Amino acid sequence: MIVKLRVNKLVIVEVQGLTKSFNGKTKAVDEVSFEVYEGETFGFLGPNGAGKSTTINMLTTILKPTSGTAKVCGYDIIKQPSDVRRSVGIVPQEYTADEDLTGYENLVLCADLYGIPRSVSKQRTQELLKLVELEDAAKRKVDTYSGGMRRRLELACGLVSRPKLLFLDEPTLGLDVQTRVAVWNYIKKLKEEYGMTLFLTTHYLEEADSVCNRLAIIDHGKILKIGSPNELKESLGGDLIEIEVKEQGEDLSGILRVLKHVKEVRKNNSTYLVRTEKGEEVAPEIIETIRVRGFHMSKISLTKPTLDEVYLEYTGRKLREEQASWEETMAVQRTLKRARA
Amino acid sequence: MQQNNYKVDSNFEVNKSPLHGLWALTNRELKKWYKAPFILIMSLVQPFIWLALFGKAMNISAIFSGGSFNIPGLNIPKEILDQLGKEIMRSTFGTSDYFSFLAVGMLSFITLFTAMFSGMSIVWDRRLGFLNKVLGTPVARGVIPMSKVLNAVVRSLIQATIVLMIAILLGMDTSNITIFGLLGTFSALFLMVLGFSSLFVMLALRSTSWETQSAIMNLLNLPLLFASNAMFPAAFMPEWLQPIVKINPVSYATDISRQMLLGAPGMANLAFDFLYLGAFAISLSTIGIILSWKFLSK
Repeated sequence: MIVKLRVNKLVIVEVQGLTKSFNGKTKAVDEVSFEVYEGETFGFLGPNGAGKSTTINMLTTILKPTSGTAKVCGYDIIKQPSDVRRSVGIVPQEYTADEDLTGYENLVLCADLYGIPRSVSKQRTQELLKLVELEDAAKRKVDTYSGGMRRRLELACGLVSRPKLLFLDEPTLGLDVQTRVAVWNYIKKLKEEYGMTLFLTTHYLEEADSVCNRLAIIDHGKILKIGSPNELKESLGGDLIEIEVKEQGEDLSGILRVLKHVKEVRKNNSTYLVRTEKGEEVAPEIIETIRVRGFHMSKISLTKPTLDEVYLEYTGRKLREEQASWEETMAVQRTLKRARA
Repeated sequence: MQQNNYKVDSNFEVNKSPLHGLWALTNRELKKWYKAPFILIMSLVQPFIWLALFGKAMNISAIFSGGSFNIPGLNIPKEILDQLGKEIMRSTFGTSDYFSFLAVGMLSFITLFTAMFSGMSIVWDRRLGFLNKVLGTPVARGVIPMSKVLNAVVRSLIQATIVLMIAILLGMDTSNITIFGLLGTFSALFLMVLGFSSLFVMLALRSTSWETQSAIMNLLNLPLLFASNAMFPAAFMPEWLQPIVKINPVSYATDISRQMLLGAPGMANLAFDFLYLGAFAISLSTIGIILSWKFLSK
């Protein structure tokens, strides 16, 4: 495989100035550049119509970029689309299995489309059905499946070619919490089993936080911030410690400000707001410092920034008027309907 | 660094031929047909009803028989009138009964209708997301419309065979049928379904609404059928209609079948019929594949 070595990590996706405009004007994806490293779980986070699916569709060669290019698994998405398609797997946002066929028939069809000989695909199909626990339902038509079963079948389809890189577009959209947890367990198991790199988009922030090694926040077709979940949270300025001191009068701000890691201290009557890194370490120090000076605290609290705050900080708090395209909206509605069936 | 712990079963060659996946996709479509007996039966009931009701009810040869008319005062013997009626039938329809004439037209009818539905399935595939899934696999873009066309070909030829058997059971004239004639007929039907299903797949390549697609089908199906010699001989149609009949590929397929199955005199000679149909089929299927390369990758 042809991959570039960078920061001691193998680059599996390398995107340069990727742009897609529809009808010549609206830029769904605007000069996006980033890298995904082999073996990691990389997540795209952003509101509806931010350009997540469009980017994935370009990287999987379903859409042609207007300008810019990318290398996926060492192949150019414009010059070598067939090689790209052969080396990646896709689990689309929608349920794409043929409802008139059985789960087993759908999987064999997927394998055929990847050109895998029947002698191999028969055994592989059985193995995958077992892995996603659809063995018992394998001979049933897909239109009798529940949302979770359909999602597991899509997962199996995406894995039938044993891809090095798996794209997951909103893998848990519309599923209830139990099924979501179960689907993630499958994904984690499969990732370990096959040593894959995962590239996913999601709406669920707690999912992104717990699953992804690195995240990119994308909005209006542009990547606003990229980094590990912790880096993103720290970029907001760190943890917030709130202290209420019984004794009024003397200003303690000066003493607190010189403590290590502390960035900012604000006083509001007898309450101090301390912005700091590594809140867990700083809090005991603050307690100690205040006690040594003979003061007493009536209250202390430590708040860690959540990904929700990070997300809102970068994408804005305004409710959105603009919607995704009609086609996309319909697709989401169909998925939701079938997920809850 | 990540270990690559793929299970070892990679001792095989992935099929990279440009046509791989064609049979898999075609078989997927056919399965919906042969695994759903209701749809299979329904698609045969319609031509059967047409044959039995339309073909038998329009008993045109009875109109011209000696029992049904005479000229007052002349008292022409019934045998002469019968003979006269037969001659009129023969010179009009090329065969002595309208049922046989229509039965052959019905072969074109069923073929045409099956071909028309091939566009519909591409619209559904797009709407249900299946098309996007196929576009994400290494299957060549051209294979997608080809599978639709191939499905229409297989279906319509099987249906035509069944219609022909029903027609023979219902009393179609079999005195001129030969193996060579059957082969010729089915080649003509093959060329027709190849051309028409390519046309309808082409019309559906960018469409997202099945309503549009069915509107197109409704607009085209009856005109294509009636502005041809499938139901009525072209020679007796008004002059303004004749040129339309003469460019309609349905006429040529029917003309071939009628000459080869009934021994009827044709609208044109067989060589020209085949040439015209062949050109129609090859040009449309080629354009279809080229357009699908262009339009299926947005």
